[in-house]
Amino acid sequence: MGLPMSVPGNRSRWLPWHAALVFGFLYLPIVTLIVYSFNGPGVGGFPPRNFTLDWYRELFADDAIWTSVLNSLFVALAAVAISLALGIPAALALDRANFPGKVLFRRLVLLPLILPGIITGLSLLMLFREADVKLSLMTIILGHGTALISVATTEVFAGLQKLDRAQEEASLDLGANYWQTFWRITIPNLRLSIIGAALLIFTLSMDEIAVSFFLIGRDNTLPLEIWGRLRRGITPEINAISTLIFVFSLAAIVTWYRLRVRAESKLEIAAELVETGP
Amino acid sequence: MFSRAYRIAITLPPLVWVILFLLLPYALLFCYSFWSVSAVQTIIHSWTLDNYRELLRVNVYLQTLFRSMWIAARVTLFSLLLGYPLAYYLSFYAEKRKEFFYQLVIIPLWVSYLVRAYAWKTILGSDGVLNTLLQYVHLTSHPLNFLLYSPFAVVLTLTHIYTPFTFLPIYAALEHIPRNLIEASHDLGAPPLQTFWRVILPLSIPGVLAGATFAFVLSLGDFLAPLLLGGPSGIMISNIVVSLFGAAYNWPLGAAISFCMLALVIGLLFFSERLEKRWGFR
Repeated sequence: MGLPMSVPGNRSRWLPWHAALVFGFLYLPIVTLIVYSFNGPGVGGFPPRNFTLDWYRELFADDAIWTSVLNSLFVALAAVAISLALGIPAALALDRANFPGKVLFRRLVLLPLILPGIITGLSLLMLFREADVKLSLMTIILGHGTALISVATTEVFAGLQKLDRAQEEASLDLGANYWQTFWRITIPNLRLSIIGAALLIFTLSMDEIAVSFFLIGRDNTLPLEIWGRLRRGITPEINAISTLIFVFSLAAIVTWYRLRVRAESKLEIAAELVETGP
Repeated sequence: MFSRAYRIAITLPPLVWVILFLLLPYALLFCYSFWSVSAVQTIIHSWTLDNYRELLRVNVYLQTLFRSMWIAARVTLFSLLLGYPLAYYLSFYAEKRKEFFYQLVIIPLWVSYLVRAYAWKTILGSDGVLNTLLQYVHLTSHPLNFLLYSPFAVVLTLTHIYTPFTFLPIYAALEHIPRNLIEASHDLGAPPLQTFWRVILPLSIPGVLAGATFAFVLSLGDFLAPLLLGGPSGIMISNIVVSLFGAAYNWPLGAAISFCMLALVIGLLFFSERLEKRWGFR
C-alpha cells in the first residue's frame, strides 16, 4: 500500500474553511454547555461571568440524579448482556447457517437500528400491555436489549468476515467439541468486535430516550430524569452533569482507541511479517 | 464443517427472541390500528377501519405528516451539504490529520442527544447565549424571538445531530474509491472538476444514499426536539402519536399513525436499497 493520494491539482481553497465551519457548528453547543456549567448567574447571558462550582455542588447533593445514574448504569449493563448473548449467536447464524426466512430474520434484527425509536417503543408498550406486564426498569432493559441486538449483530458479523475459519476447523479436527471451540477459538478471535460492540451498546443505552420514554415505570433513567427537568425549564445542573458525562465518554473513547490501535498495529506487524518473511 | 446441532444452537435462541420481542410487537402495532377505544377507555378488540378513515378525514394528521417530511427533507439536505464536503476534504486532503479529524466528527455522537438539543435551546432562547451576544455587540436592541420555538430551531438541532451520521457512510464510500481510478482520470486529461463529477461523485452515491436515508428517517420520527424547541409551529407527526398514547388516550389511532410511519420508512428503505444497488460497484 502506498501513501494516501490526494486528488492531483485541485487543492480547493474553500474546503478547509468549510471543514472548519462544520467543526465549529458541531462543537458550538458542546462548548457552550461546558462553559455555562461554570457560569455564576446560570445558563444564558453573554459574556459568561462569575466562575463558580456551585452547580456541581448542587449536582452532587442531588439524590434524584444519582439514583437515575445508577438506574441507567444497571439498565445499560443488562442491555449489553442481553444484546451480546443474542447478537453473537445471531451473527454466527447469519454467517454459518441456512434456514427458511433468513433474509427476513436479518432485516428484522437490523430494523430497530434505522427505525425511529418511537415505533419500537410503542410496539413493545402494546406487547407489555397485552401480556399484563407491569412497566419497570425490567421492561426498559428488555426494550434496550432487544433494539440493540442489531448493533451486536452488525459488529460481530463484521468481525466474523475477517476471521480465519481454519483455526476453528483445526480445533474441531483435534478433538475439541463445538462448545470448547466456541469459547477458546471463536470468542477470543472476535474479542475486538465484541468489546467494541459492548462499548457502543453501553453508550447507546445510557443515552437512549425514545424507547425508554414509553416503557418507563416508576424509576427514571438518567435521560428521562433530565427530560423531566428540562420540561420545567433550564437548569445549570444539567450542564454540570452533561459536562461530567462528556469527560467520562471522552476518556472512554481515548482508552478504547488506544487499545484498538495497539491491537491493530500488532496485527499489521504480524501481517507484514507473513507477507515479507522474517 | 458445522454440525446440524451447532447450527440449531446458534440460530434458535436469537430467532425465538426476535420473533417474540420484535415481530410480535410490530404485528401487534398493526392489529391495534384496527381496534378502537370505548367510552370508559378500554381497548375494544374488534376490527374496524375507523382509525384510517379518521386519518384521512381530519386534516391535521396529514398536514403534520407533510410538515414532518418537509422538516426531515431539509435536515437531510443540510446534513448532506455539511457532511459531503467534509468527508471529501478528510478523504482526499486531510492527509496526516485524517484520523484526528475523523475522531473529531465522532466525538459529538458521544454527547447525549437530549443534552445537545438542550444546548441549542440555551443558545437560541430569547435570553439565551446568541441573543445576549447580539445585544452585547449592539447588532440588535431586543432579542430575536424567531430563533427558538420554531421549525427553524428543530431543523437546526436535527441537522446538528444527523450531520455526523450522514458523514460516516459518505466518508466510507469515498475511502473505498480506488485511488488509481482518480489517477487514471487525471492522466487521461480530465480537469479536477470533471474527475469529481464523472468519477468520484457517482462512486460515492451509495454512501450518500445511506446517509440521506438515515437522516431522513430518524428525523422524520423524532418527537423530542420538536417538544423541546419546536413550539406550536414545529409540531411533528410523532408528537401527535405521543399525545394519543398519553393524555388523549387513543392508542388505536396512535397505532394507525405509527403504522403509516412504519410503512413509509420500510418503503423508503427498500427504495434506497434498490438505488444503492443500481449505483454500487457492478
